[in-house]
Amino acid sequence: MPELGKYAFAVLSSYGVTIVLLSVIVLVSFRRARKVRANLEEIENRARD
Amino acid sequence: MSLWEYANPVKFIRTTDKVLPWVWALTGICLVTGLVWGFFFTPDDFRQGSTVKIIYIHVPSALMAINAWLMMLVASLIWIVRRHHVSALAARAAAPVGAVMTLIALATGAFWGQPMWGTWWAWDPRLTSFLILFLFYLGYMALWEAIENDDTAADLTSILCLVGSVFAILSRYAVNFWNQGLHQGATLSLDKEENISDVFWFPLLFCIAGFVLLFVALVFLRTQTEIRARRTRALLAREGQA
Amino acid sequence: MKALLTRDLMLAIRAGGGFGLGLSFFLIVTVLVPFGVGPQTELLSRIAPGVLWIGALLACLLSLDRIFALDWEDGSLDLLATAPLPMEGIVSVKALAHWITTGLPLVLAAPVLGVLLSLPIPAYQWVVISLAVGTPALSVIGTFGAALTVGIKRGGLLMSLLVLPLYVPTLIFGAEVARRGAEGLTVQAPLLLLAGISFGVIALLPFASAAVLRINLR
Repeated sequence: MPELGKYAFAVLSSYGVTIVLLSVIVLVSFRRARKVRANLEEIENRARD
Repeated sequence: MSLWEYANPVKFIRTTDKVLPWVWALTGICLVTGLVWGFFFTPDDFRQGSTVKIIYIHVPSALMAINAWLMMLVASLIWIVRRHHVSALAARAAAPVGAVMTLIALATGAFWGQPMWGTWWAWDPRLTSFLILFLFYLGYMALWEAIENDDTAADLTSILCLVGSVFAILSRYAVNFWNQGLHQGATLSLDKEENISDVFWFPLLFCIAGFVLLFVALVFLRTQTEIRARRTRALLAREGQA
Repeated sequence: MKALLTRDLMLAIRAGGGFGLGLSFFLIVTVLVPFGVGPQTELLSRIAPGVLWIGALLACLLSLDRIFALDWEDGSLDLLATAPLPMEGIVSVKALAHWITTGLPLVLAAPVLGVLLSLPIPAYQWVVISLAVGTPALSVIGTFGAALTVGIKRGGLLMSLLVLPLYVPTLIFGAEVARRGAEGLTVQAPLLLLAGISFGVIALLPFASAAVLRINLR
């Protein structure tokens, strides 16, 4: 851990907020991708039968 | 072989499926290298102390916030002129990513401003323009959500994107006019690349590359999702008719 | 075109909402502000130009969904679309009618409401001038927003979200003219920029509004 001095709060919370927000958008994108993909496959299979 | 081949949704999905793992891997490498290097192995700035480390996320996210809108503008133009559905869907896919980038830039800016300027928020031209940009993203996404017919939604949002771009630029100048000077220059001079020293510059370069790649990866993934969602709706509609 | 304008004006007057509602809303906002910030005269007179501008802008925004909603519901918008009049003309006339029923009364009412906010004497003329130059832009931009959301049920909130960011430059320059006028500074630069925005918007935005309306009527 580097010595952040008196600005530790500002630096750490900046990195924290960024990591949280980026993870949220990545996770949301992946989850929606998986859901839509599964849904589409199901319908395509149904259409083929 | 032309670029327009990728306007075919099937081709787009197949190609991006092949490319995506590499993009994700590169994104990871760049982001981890840049952020770890920046966070652990750079010296403090003699004036700003350790807050200088915020630059490694503030600058790339701010860059991407603007570039995402530019990309949406180009994609909207392609949709209006050449009617490629992938293009319209890519613009839709990019908007939330751009909004998140704007939010990150605003939040890190606030955390940076607090110790440096003694305030979380100032009605500085740059800050204000980003807030307005964020509002534009919100309106754009809301319009996509509100309209049921896909083609109508694509048309309307494209025109909103064009008109919005003009007004965003107007607002930028208006805001400059409205509050010139107050915080001008100040500590933000580190934004100018010519006066940043190499120690800070190299990790920043990695971070910028990482953010760009992350944006590309997310847009590819989300565009695929939009294409599939659209196909699902089309199939369901056909089933309903049969 | 004239027929359409007179028709719209007559409808607004008969329905009663056109002139009355926007003005009453403007009055209410102006009355509420002193309750919110306190009755000190010097504070009120300093913020008066800005408050008048924001009040006018909100009153304008509130009446936007009336531009197309009624015609959309009873189908007369489809009739208008097939009329020999180009769509650009229709949206321009609609914007003009909106300005006459909403913008113009706001301009005329602003000095009266300025008394309530103890607006400084030199500011009166500049508030009126800036509103007179700026409200046409508000009407035209608003027509674009109304055209975008015409097919959406309960699109009012969405329309506000879309239109408000577009209002930013107009508001900034308009309020700046009024503020500088109140402080006795030179107003030429913001006034010219405000006029530039108004003329530019009046000249160009009807094309976008017409395109949007055509898409919505498809």
